[in-house]
Formats: sequence, C-alpha cells, structure tokens
Amino acid sequence: MRYLPHTPQDREDMLAKIGVASIDDLFADIPKDKLLPGLVDLPRRKSEMEVERTLSAMAGRNVSASSVAFFVGAGAYKHHVPASVDHLIQRSEFLTSYTPYQPEIAQGTLQYLFEFQTQVARLVAMDVANASMYDGSTGCGEAVLMAHRVTRRRKALLSGGLHPHYAEVVRTLSDMADDAVTTLPPDVQAQEDIVAQIDKETSCVVVQSPDVFGNIRDLEPIAEACHANGALLIAVFTEAVSLGLVKAPGEMGADIVVGEGQSIGNALNFGGPYVGLFATREKYIRQMPGRLCGETVDANGKRGFVLTLSTREQHIRREKATSNICTNSGLCALAFSMHMTLLGGVGLKRLARVNHANAVKLAALLESAGVEVLNRTFFNEFTIRTKGDSAAAVEAMAQRGVLAGVPVSRLLPRAGLDDLLIVANTEVNTDEDRTAFVSAIKAAQ
Amino acid sequence: MSTIRYTKDHEYIAVDGDIGTVGISDHAQHALGDVVFVELPAIGKKLAAGGEAAVVESVKAASEVYAPVAGEVVEVNAALEDTPATVNEDPLGAGWFMKIRIADKGALDGLMDEAAYKEFLKTLD
Amino acid sequence: MLNNQGRSTQPAEAHGAARETFTGNRALDIEESLIFDQNRFDTTGVDVDEPAPFSDRLGGMSRASELELPGLSEPEMVRHYVRLSRKNYSIDTGMFPLGSCTMKHNPRLNEKMARLPGFGDVHPLQPQSTVQGALMLMQELSRWLIELTNMSAVALSPKAGAHGELAGMMAIKAAIASRGEDQTRKTVLVPDSAHGTNPATAALIGFDVQSVPAGEDGLVHPAAVKEKLGPHVAAIMLTNPNTCGLFEREIVEIAAAVHEAGGYFYCDGANFNAIVGIARPGDLGVDAMHINLHKTFSTPHGGGGPGSGPVVLSERLAAFAPLPFLAKDGEGLKLVEERDGNQAFGRMTAFQGQMGMYVRALSYILSHGSDGLRQASQDAVLNANYVRACLSDIFSQPFGDRACMHEVLFDETWLKGTHVSTLDFAKALIDEGFHPMTVYFPLVVKGAMLIEPTESESRASLDLFVMAMRDLAFRALRGDEERFAKAPRFSPRARLDETRAARNPVLKWKKREAWAEAAE
Repeated sequence: MRYLPHTPQDREDMLAKIGVASIDDLFADIPKDKLLPGLVDLPRRKSEMEVERTLSAMAGRNVSASSVAFFVGAGAYKHHVPASVDHLIQRSEFLTSYTPYQPEIAQGTLQYLFEFQTQVARLVAMDVANASMYDGSTGCGEAVLMAHRVTRRRKALLSGGLHPHYAEVVRTLSDMADDAVTTLPPDVQAQEDIVAQIDKETSCVVVQSPDVFGNIRDLEPIAEACHANGALLIAVFTEAVSLGLVKAPGEMGADIVVGEGQSIGNALNFGGPYVGLFATREKYIRQMPGRLCGETVDANGKRGFVLTLSTREQHIRREKATSNICTNSGLCALAFSMHMTLLGGVGLKRLARVNHANAVKLAALLESAGVEVLNRTFFNEFTIRTKGDSAAAVEAMAQRGVLAGVPVSRLLPRAGLDDLLIVANTEVNTDEDRTAFVSAIKAAQ
Repeated sequence: MSTIRYTKDHEYIAVDGDIGTVGISDHAQHALGDVVFVELPAIGKKLAAGGEAAVVESVKAASEVYAPVAGEVVEVNAALEDTPATVNEDPLGAGWFMKIRIADKGALDGLMDEAAYKEFLKTLD
Repeated sequence: MLNNQGRSTQPAEAHGAARETFTGNRALDIEESLIFDQNRFDTTGVDVDEPAPFSDRLGGMSRASELELPGLSEPEMVRHYVRLSRKNYSIDTGMFPLGSCTMKHNPRLNEKMARLPGFGDVHPLQPQSTVQGALMLMQELSRWLIELTNMSAVALSPKAGAHGELAGMMAIKAAIASRGEDQTRKTVLVPDSAHGTNPATAALIGFDVQSVPAGEDGLVHPAAVKEKLGPHVAAIMLTNPNTCGLFEREIVEIAAAVHEAGGYFYCDGANFNAIVGIARPGDLGVDAMHINLHKTFSTPHGGGGPGSGPVVLSERLAAFAPLPFLAKDGEGLKLVEERDGNQAFGRMTAFQGQMGMYVRALSYILSHGSDGLRQASQDAVLNANYVRACLSDIFSQPFGDRACMHEVLFDETWLKGTHVSTLDFAKALIDEGFHPMTVYFPLVVKGAMLIEPTESESRASLDLFVMAMRDLAFRALRGDEERFAKAPRFSPRARLDETRAARNPVLKWKKREAWAEAAE
C-alpha cells in the first residue's frame, strides 16, 4: 500500500520490541466476538490510476459551471478565482498543518488569520471579526445563539428575505434548544414590515441584504427599531462581492454581521467547503463564537500572533462554552484572504461594479424581451417570473446549454411561488451568455 | 478587625461586621496562572452558599468562584475588569472580587481559618 | 473551583540570540510584515476593467464608507504567502504526533480529484439531473461508511466533527421526542475524560450534562454508568477508543445497560481510525457516531479546517437524520430536501455538506481498499505501541504499562523533582524538529502528553523521535533546565505572551499612531 511505509520485516521487528507475538495481541481489549474475522466485504486497494479513472467517470457525469452559460446563485456564486490562490493554498505548510496551538511554529497560519480578521472587519465595517465559521448558514445559527446570550432573551425574528436554508438552520437549532423563532412569509419584493413585529421579548432580528431574491434592503430603520426594544440586528449576506458596492451592514447599525465568504477565493464545490464570515461590535467580543487570533509579542519582544480568548471555547468551558464549535474553516479563510489581498479595496469595488453592470444588462435584455423582473433594486442577482413552472423552464434551458438559475420552488416548495426564478450574473458571464439566456428562456416558454 | 475564612474551593471571605469580602486565595491565583478576565455578579444579587458568584479566567482555564456563605452582593471590585492582573499581584488585598452582606454569620463556622487552610493545602498535590 | 490546568502563559524574559544581520532576516528565515504594513491601499493585483457607464439599480444604497484594503500585485502576494508558509510546521515537514488529532499523510491524489471540474465547479442548486455523478459519489462514500461501521444510515452534511456530534445528538433528541419523552429524558452522561465538544454539544440543545467518573484504570465501568441511569437519561456520550488511548473494554455491557434504561449510545468517533476494518461500532451497540473525515480518512487539516463530520446512525435512529439525504429515484438518485413524509429533524447547514471532503475521503478509501484500511489501523496501533515500548522505562504512564490503541498517554509524574514541566518539554521538542505531542489533554491526567504517531511514520522516523525524546528526558532528569526554559530557541518566534494577548485583545490591524502623525 503506497501510503504505508512499513515492510513486513519492520512490523515483525517492532512487535518483537513491544513484546507481543502478533498484531492481534494489541487489540486484545476488544471483545473477541466483536472482532471482524476478516476483511469487510468491499473492494481491495486500487492504484492511483484506477482511483483516478473511477472518480473521473463520476465527475464526468456532472455539468460543470464553466462548461455552460451559468446563472445559478442563491447562496453560492461562480466567480473567477486567480490561479495563484488555489496554487498557494496547496503549499504543504498551509494544507497539512493543524490548528495553531503551538504558536512558535504556526506564525504563518496565525498571521494570515489576523490579516483575514482585519479584512473581514473592514469589509463589513464592524469592529471585530473572528477567524471564520463553517459557512454562512451555520454562522447565522450561531449569531442567533449569540444574540440570545447577549440579550438574555430567546426569541428570534427572521425576515422573509432570509435564504430559506439559513432560516431552516436557525429553526432546527432553535427547536432543539426550545427557543422561539418567528419566520415571516417569503418576501419576494422586500415589502414586509418587520419593524412592526419587534417587541420587548425579541432577542434579534435577522435580515439578509441583498436578500435571497436579490433585493437590497435598508437596514438602518430596522437597527433603530431593534435598539429601541433592546434587541440586536443580525445582518446576513450570501454574496460577499456585493460589499464592494452596496452599503455595508456596519454602516447601518448592525450588531452582528454574518455572511458566506465563498464568492471570494473559493470554488463552488457542490456546496462545501465554504467559509462563514462573522463580525460584531467590540463590546460583544466575549460572547462571540469561534476562534480569535490576537497580536502579542514573543520573549524577544518581537510581534507575533496567538489564538486568544479561548476560555470562551468548548475545550475549556465544556458545557458552559459559547458554542460547541471546535474548528473553523481555515484553508477556505486563507483562500478568501489571498484573493482579497490581490483585489484590495480598489479591485473589489471594480469587480463589484462589473457584477452589477452585467446584471443590469441582463435585466434590461429580459425586460425588453417581455420577461418580468420583480426587483426594484438588486446587486448581481434578481428574481424573474417565468411562464409556468420555473423548474421546468430551468430543465428545458439546460438542454440548450444554459443553467438559468434557482427555481424558488427548490428553496420554498410549498410557497406557491412556482413561477419564480432567481438569476445570478457575475463577472464570468459574457454578452454571449446573456444572449443565450434570453433566447433559451424564449424557447422554453 | 476582620477575620478571614477559607473554603475547600480556595475562596476566602474576610469578615468585617455583617460584610464579607470575597476573593480567591494566593494558592488559587498561583494555580490558575495569569488571570486575564474576571466576570463579576450584579450588585443586589442574592447568592446561595456554594452558588456561582463570579468567573475567573486565565489563558488556559476558566473557573467559577463560589459564594463561601449565603448573602447579597453589595459591592463589586469593578477595577478588576480593566486590571485583572491585580488578582495575581494582591489576591487578598486589592484583588478582592465582591463584598456580600452575610445572611447568617453562623455559617462561617463551617469554613477553615488560616491555619486550617494551610494544613488543607498540604494534603493536596 | 480550581482548574489544575493553569500554567504560566507569559514568557519569562528576553533571551533570544540577537539577529546579527541588517535586515533581521537569517538566510531562509525571512521576516514578513503584515499586508497592511506594506502601504498598498490604492493598488490592485487583478486586471478588472471599469464597466462602461450605466445607470445603477441600487436604489441609493451605495457603500459610503471607505474600503481600505491593500491590493498587492501577484509577485508581491505570492512572496507574502510563501514566506508566511515557511513559518508553519506541517505533516509534510515532519512528524506531527499530536494525540487525538490524527495528523497522517494527506495523499495528493485526493487534492487532484477534488479539483476535477465535475466536483469542484458544480453548484449545490443546479438541477439534480446535472449532478448525478456527484450524488453517486456521495452514495458510494455512504456505502463505505455504513459498511465499515455496520450502521443503518449516514447523514453526510455535518460540516465538522463537533457539527456531526450535534447532528447525532439532535437525532437522539428527535427520537426521544417521537416517543413523547422529551420532557422527561433530559440528562446526558459524559465521562470527565471526554473531548470538550461532548458536554458543549449536549448543553447547546438543552440537555443537562452529568459526568461519569472513570475507574483507576482509565476506563468507564458499567457499575458507574448504571448508578446514573434511569428514565431521565437520554443518552451517554462515550469516546471509544477513549481519549487516554484505551479501548473501553466493557462497552458492550455499557451499551446494553443504556439501551435497557431507554437511552441511546452516542459514540464520539474521533478515534475511529484505530479500529477501521477491525471492529464495527454497530456491533458494539452504538446508536450514533460521527466520523471525522479529516482524521480517519485523511482530508487535510488545513491549519484548522475545513473538516467534515458525517454521522452514522443505528436502525433506531436512522429515520431521524437531518436534511438533505439521498434517496433512489428511478434509475438515478435524488436529494430529499424537504420534511414531507419523513421524520427528518431539519437542516444542519445550507446545501449538502462538504462535497470537497467527500471526494478526498472516497479517494483515500478507494486507494486503501478494505485491506489497506485494516492495515492502516493496525500500523497506527503498532506505531503507538512501539513508541510506548521504547519510552516506558522513563516516561510514566497513568494507568500502568499496558497496550494502547493508536495513541499512547504519558503523565508528568516522571518529571517530579525536575524544574521541567510538560509544557517546557513540549517546547524543547520543537527545537529538535518535531511538532509537540498533545499536552494537558485529557484533563483527567496531570500534565498529560498524548502521542499519536499515526500509520504514516516509517520505522526510521519513529526511531529518531524516540531517541530525541529519550535524550531530552535525560537532560530534564539531569537538571539541564536551560534547554527547556528557553525552548524553543530555533523557531520563527520564541514563546509568545498569551497573557498580554488575552488581557488587551488586539484582534485586527490598526494604523500606528506614529504613522498617522507622519502622514499629516
């Protein structure tokens, strides 16, 4: 077996040194009748070539985003990732290192986490960011729990524009912890009056912008209403690139900001791994979940970095920890940070404008072709009405080399919104892609 | 003059009239390592004997501080929030945590005096 | 109140060798400033052209605040990260015997496979007809995980080990609720030696945690469990092999007792890598167990994630898996994403979990095959016992000299009388070119040193490690305190002041005032 260095002679010699006759003696604590008599009934080892052949065959049965005109978003977005990013995250010292518990020999990881935290905090215009969460949706669940700790209340209010999967993650966690959740009905055109629902028991209000249907929301009046009632505003985003152009949640009074960072530096990966961004106000640091990296000095007075405030974490507080989270999404955070380091503020703003310009172009094309765009505002994603079932339209358009978007019925199967389609348009989409979209949708309906 | 009593959990209470000043012993601060954060109770909170009164954190450990006897919190040492190092430097003096109005002074009899606590420490390790 | 794991977290004093170069660099060891210190706030390292003028549809919600982020050109950016990378120890650099963490070799084939466009470049919400190959891969991985554990079902979506634990405990809670006992069964038993995530997970979803003491031999005994069982007990959470590196010998009896009392048996699968292909949790009475794909099946740890924590479920819990799950759909497969007509308890995460990790894990599994997986477990246990045999004459073992599983646990008794602590010893190991073992965990053992060599280490590598350990031990016992107090001496940084970091948290870069003044 190519990954196992021992020869049979090595094994024999080592058993002799240990003082046992056979390897089985080392497993003597396992009840005899529970030991497998032989190999499990599954295939034997394969060469690299054979494994590659098997897996490539499976991969070949999927339609990759780059191979078609691609407009699928709703929480994960196809962006161009510079070649240097994926190359560098595969450096052995990043890829095969552990959580930086021995800071003297993990300054590489710690420094990029510190840089990442700074980038994220500035991006969302908040005081502090942590070293990342599993993804945006789990971060959203953790944000609600954090708000409960801060306010000592246990009732969350979710906007109808929040990604339905995110809302479902919050509901699952809250049901299990016996916390209350109110989810407003799907709010396709950002018309809900969420402020009217806030009361003195509300712990937090969770609002996404741009929302799942693409609308940009003004969080400022919601923040004011939250604060007047002693509640926190949790601002969510799933498209990090939007922050290059759209008002940042920190500018509008958000108390906790949580978002999906996949768009920057990370591939689509069929849903994961991604990277959750999580930021808050300075006064709430100690209630924040997840790892934090902080600056300090070493014994020689040189600047260095360590994981800090870890007494909030499970390995020390056990059942009193702020969260059960053990790991973060280190390598995806690194990819995010690298891509952001290339972009800079200047590049991100420009990239965001290109995204928006492309989406505006597609919306105009569709509107002139007689397709209804429901959004009054949007960044790089909007919702359209198809004639009839949008899922059927998507299947039909796929036959013409266009993956057109996410049918709302895929996310909200019983909402009676079966004719709505969420369409994303990023810098990767060309004018030809948009023309193909318009002709495909005409043909499909 | 105050008298000082210790618990087996290494809290002390220095008694002066009805008021007891609560903190952690020198042994405890030493065992915890550098204290980096102290979470204090709200003034007016009623504590049961042995109930959780405060949290003291070092870099690698977080520990509850329990009320040595029942009582009501009348004052907390807010300075510790900015300078937690005081707990290490002067645990029995400036590093105190809170003052409580002792509900029943008879309960103090169940605690150790300084000599008994020193003997108790010898039994640990 | 006292936690005996407290220890000095401030380095004693300055002691490093002065850097006698103009730059402060030493040959390959090059200092690297933060990207923010490089004053590149108005440049970018990507070629994106401004779009032609157009009227926006933002409704006046444009960003007003600064976006002050540095943008480096590609050569600058590449150099920055290459230099940073060289300040990290990694499994590719050398032996990384971090107990409980399983730092084994990460085959590069797995990286290549995960980056195939058919896996890496597909969207989670594409029409399912366009991702049948991805669903097949998930099904094939599921088949292996189910067979290797002899369980009934697997939920792939949890994002990491602790998230898998949460999924498993949620399934247990859902099952209890379906029996109408959710108001009465609220206690979860957890041994003191458990990973911190176990009690944290149980508490997160409203269970009361009650600890179970281990015996003098480091094992949990049925009598201690039975004493705590009753109609209020929802579950027990046991790690097996446990965190002391020992197999819980009486696990079958414990499982039976828990079942008889109406509870469920959650097994923390962190150490499953010791018994893959040798014994199956399903045969031991386990109801739910998460599998850390990043430990057992060698998906890279990546400096702290991403992980992946599928949870396998027994027949009694199989119906209570989270959404989405796979089902047969005619000739093909489909993801069931809705609660209609099933008892799924809800969703753990957006989408279907860590696909990138599924590909890597399956690539690892197919490469090993049933024979290679068994051999890997045997070699992992062999290596740990070899280290034990080579060190047990000096290093003290808390539970006597007996065979261990994939990791061997020493305590600090042998250091008594020296002025060297477990921490000092670990730091001295850094100077010898090794990553330290896990220290001060499990908490139940004073000054614990937990060594997990993994199956990836050759005999020569183990021998060098053993010799270095012995040499350091002799120095410690001889009173060569210098070597330890100042360690590590040769790493990119000396010991760091963690106290300062925690007392005055600096969690992001700020412009230095001096610079701000100079700029005016």
